[in-house]
Amino acid sequence: MSDMRMMYQEVILDHNRKPRNYGRIEGANHHADGHNPLCGDSIHLTMDMEDDLIRAVAFEGEGCAICKASASMMTGAVKGLKVGEAEDLASRFRGMTTGTLDMKDEQRLGRLRVFEGVKDLPSRVKCAILPWHTLLAAIHSVQAASSEGKDDPIQEA
Amino acid sequence: MNPEVIRADFPILDMKVNGQPLVYLDNAASSQMPQPVIDRLMRYHTSEHANIHRAVHYLSETATREFESAREKVRSFLNARESREIIFTRGTTEAINLAMHGYGRAFLKAGDEIILSALEHHSNIVPWQMLAHEKGVILKVIPMDDDGVLIQEEFYKLFNANTRLLALTHVSNALGTVNPIKTMISHAHQYGVPVLIDGAQAAPHKALDVQDLDCDFYAFSSHKLCGPTGIGVLYGKAELLERMQPYQGGGDMILSVTFEKTDYNVIPHKFEAGTPAIAAAVGLGAAIDYLQAVGLENIDRYEQGLLDYATVRIRELDRIRIVGTAREKAAVLSFEVEGVHPHDVGTILNDYGIAIRTGHHCAQPVMQRFKVPATARASFAFYNTRSEVDRLIEGIIRVQGIFQ
Repeated sequence: MSDMRMMYQEVILDHNRKPRNYGRIEGANHHADGHNPLCGDSIHLTMDMEDDLIRAVAFEGEGCAICKASASMMTGAVKGLKVGEAEDLASRFRGMTTGTLDMKDEQRLGRLRVFEGVKDLPSRVKCAILPWHTLLAAIHSVQAASSEGKDDPIQEA
Repeated sequence: MNPEVIRADFPILDMKVNGQPLVYLDNAASSQMPQPVIDRLMRYHTSEHANIHRAVHYLSETATREFESAREKVRSFLNARESREIIFTRGTTEAINLAMHGYGRAFLKAGDEIILSALEHHSNIVPWQMLAHEKGVILKVIPMDDDGVLIQEEFYKLFNANTRLLALTHVSNALGTVNPIKTMISHAHQYGVPVLIDGAQAAPHKALDVQDLDCDFYAFSSHKLCGPTGIGVLYGKAELLERMQPYQGGGDMILSVTFEKTDYNVIPHKFEAGTPAIAAAVGLGAAIDYLQAVGLENIDRYEQGLLDYATVRIRELDRIRIVGTAREKAAVLSFEVEGVHPHDVGTILNDYGIAIRTGHHCAQPVMQRFKVPATARASFAFYNTRSEVDRLIEGIIRVQGIFQ
């Protein structure tokens, strides 16, 4: 299967068409903006946290299908997780999409594995990772995340 | 002009990408090199290289002669009066920065005004903004209409006693609009205002005559006209260049140096500090030879035919919006596929071996004007064919199929 068909499969297209948890959480106690200057992807994330429990995450913004689907699936995947678990998942997601994670015995990523193909599309890795960067920024109450500079996944990979 | 004969000169066009024959439609970003240019670079590296303007030995004299012969080819290409009006730079961006430092920084002061257009590439905005911050110079922008055409009545209104420079693109890289630069230059000259033209997108497609245009500066890059990267040109009128300050100090740009004082070299050397990209300049000379042998008029006519064909074919599709619909356009087709982000369009087309550019094209103000974050852009060269346009259209239909 080619990279393209691997990426643009029904799960991703569906989340792009009908993103889950789209919008804002009223009275959210954590939030962050994420921006990818290459694509013009731009998302705003709001999050409801109680101690270190992520009760709910929502996002809104404009972006390519990979970014929107990634954001949509991320909001579902981290709901109900502890901060440590969400950080672990973000780290695995990053490892998968930059090709540094051994996928053979990988169990945690579950449905997020649909993004594995992005590792063969270096110019699109940032699109998939941006929502996860933004999540980490929101958890740690950093107001803005970027796909560039010290957070550039390509440089680090 | 027979495109099949032309294509045989470009080895890269034979390659396959993702198992499909390459369709290269990203020529506005960088064009490909024909075999004669590649051969010329090889010959330079295998039998002509040494540093220039320095030594008395055979290779240095050979390299100097070939480098200066490339300058003469550029002069002829632009129909400049004298070859000393041709300054080699790294590319269009460095050429504009040179003009900003050597002219803007030297002669402009707080309250002076520079006119730019809404169509500019970042490289003809940011240097002037740097000057504005440093000196308190004011930037004014010629607006455009919904077709991507500069509004001439608004342009006329921007001139006043403080106007010191017009910095204008010849052809828009994002939309393809060809500006009526000759009349605009003439208008600026009525106010005694010199004009810098960013010719990066025009030089590969149009026969140029800087004396007829009467522009004061003209900048372009080699790699967009089938030459190598790393070399470009700033043309400037000799009397302006002579008054200007050097941009960088170093070797080759001096007549004599003591610790107290330096006497600068004559133009163009005053602006060419350090060892230049000699091989690339020689390659640019070969690229100019190649384009002139094909004929710029032939290239322009052929590409216009291709653009017309592509425009008709893409208009047959539903849910497509062409961004940039000026009557005078270079072979650039910027478009949106409704409901699909341009980057997804680009990734899917790449899977079919089709190379287009997606993004803001280093012209974010143009994107803001059309209220889009990005566009997909197919840009054609004289080695592209109608069957490649057909492949592009098939590719777009596949994109729409995936996202329906």
